[in-house]
Amino acid sequence: MEEQQFHLEVFEGPLDLLLYLIRKDELDIYNIPIAQITEQYLKYIELMKILDLDIAGEFLAMAATLMHIKSRLLLPPEERGEDEEEEDPRWDLVRQLLEYKQFKGAADSFHELELKQEKSFTRGRVSVDFVPSSELPLEDIDLFELLDAFSQVLDEAEKRRPPEFEPDNFTLEDGRNRVLKRINPRGSILFHLLFEKGESRTRIVVVFLALLELIRQKIIQVIQDGHFGEIMIKRVETART
Amino acid sequence: MKAQDIELKPVVEAILFVASEPLPISRLEVLTEGIKREKKSLREIMVELEREYEKEGRSFTIRKVANGYQLRTRDIYSPWIRKLFHPRRVVHLSKAALETLAIIAYKQPITRIEIEVIRGVNVDGIIKNLLDRELIKISGQKEVVGRPYLYRTCRRFLEYFGLKTLSDLPPLESRGKPTVKKIIASSDLKYEDLEAGNRQ
Repeated sequence: MEEQQFHLEVFEGPLDLLLYLIRKDELDIYNIPIAQITEQYLKYIELMKILDLDIAGEFLAMAATLMHIKSRLLLPPEERGEDEEEEDPRWDLVRQLLEYKQFKGAADSFHELELKQEKSFTRGRVSVDFVPSSELPLEDIDLFELLDAFSQVLDEAEKRRPPEFEPDNFTLEDGRNRVLKRINPRGSILFHLLFEKGESRTRIVVVFLALLELIRQKIIQVIQDGHFGEIMIKRVETART
Repeated sequence: MKAQDIELKPVVEAILFVASEPLPISRLEVLTEGIKREKKSLREIMVELEREYEKEGRSFTIRKVANGYQLRTRDIYSPWIRKLFHPRRVVHLSKAALETLAIIAYKQPITRIEIEVIRGVNVDGIIKNLLDRELIKISGQKEVVGRPYLYRTCRRFLEYFGLKTLSDLPPLESRGKPTVKKIIASSDLKYEDLEAGNRQ
């Protein structure tokens, strides 16, 4: 794995992850169970580290913030500060999450407007920007949902067999071939079927990385049956004229 | 044909045909100066043109965007126009870019650091990208230590999203949190100021 240069940039930030976790576990944003969410948060950071994803330093800063809040909550209120009207230590974070959530909502409305507007063209300067298909930037993949599915496969594998240490020369290329081969017959496949039962941890990681790379290259796409539903991997249909 | 025999409507139509940007009425007034106006105002002519296009089933419509008028193809023809550009494809703004743009739109003028506080993550690259696409511009520097740049949305931003003016922004979902109006009030700005900023 060492020599495989692969760094997928992560565009989501720590607030995205927190909002994701809140949504996933249907937590009350005004009353976040800090211990629980900190544990979950750290688990995702761990997953991203296993995958050697290029994560922003802000993720670690947020981890520190969460742990700080957690430790403050452990103190009895009178010891937290001299202030009688001492605020809930979570409140700053809650405010930040609420504000960010609001702009995420606005971004969704903007996206709808964008889709509506690009159906109509003007003369002169072209109203929408076109790029050659091969240069499309990395579009948003629902990274956290994929990580979720990934960690399930990983947990499952660890239950079956202890972490192994034998070297494996399964390459990213092998992983890529496997994904493409399994998708081929019907053009789509359920996420967990990309992996073998009793497969080694290394292989799972490699296949998953190959999958992320294929998504980035827009060769495959991820479809989900509603939020937190089963993940399906599908070949991207190339538009032909 | 002498200039005085020329009618206003076809001239306006011709101008709109070639214009690369939405044209405000004021600009059209200047451009068509000297042409005899019957009793109709330019605004009425626009309405007339739009109705004619509709009635005759033309492929264009006149849309009001970014404080101006623009000739645009009808939505139903987009699949064929897209083929014209094939194999190039439309690039959408990424989620991160849309979020950043939303923050700028509602809180302008705003500094990069202020945006980063809200998003919780670095926005350097995104700002560069939005500047390149002329969706935002630097509108000045904030009078604080380091004099950081302030960013605003441009007219192109309104055009890109098909908005008439900044007061057309979709309302921010309120959750007992500051609403657009409050945000703008707290930044000592009025909608009109924002629009004026965009007209420059």
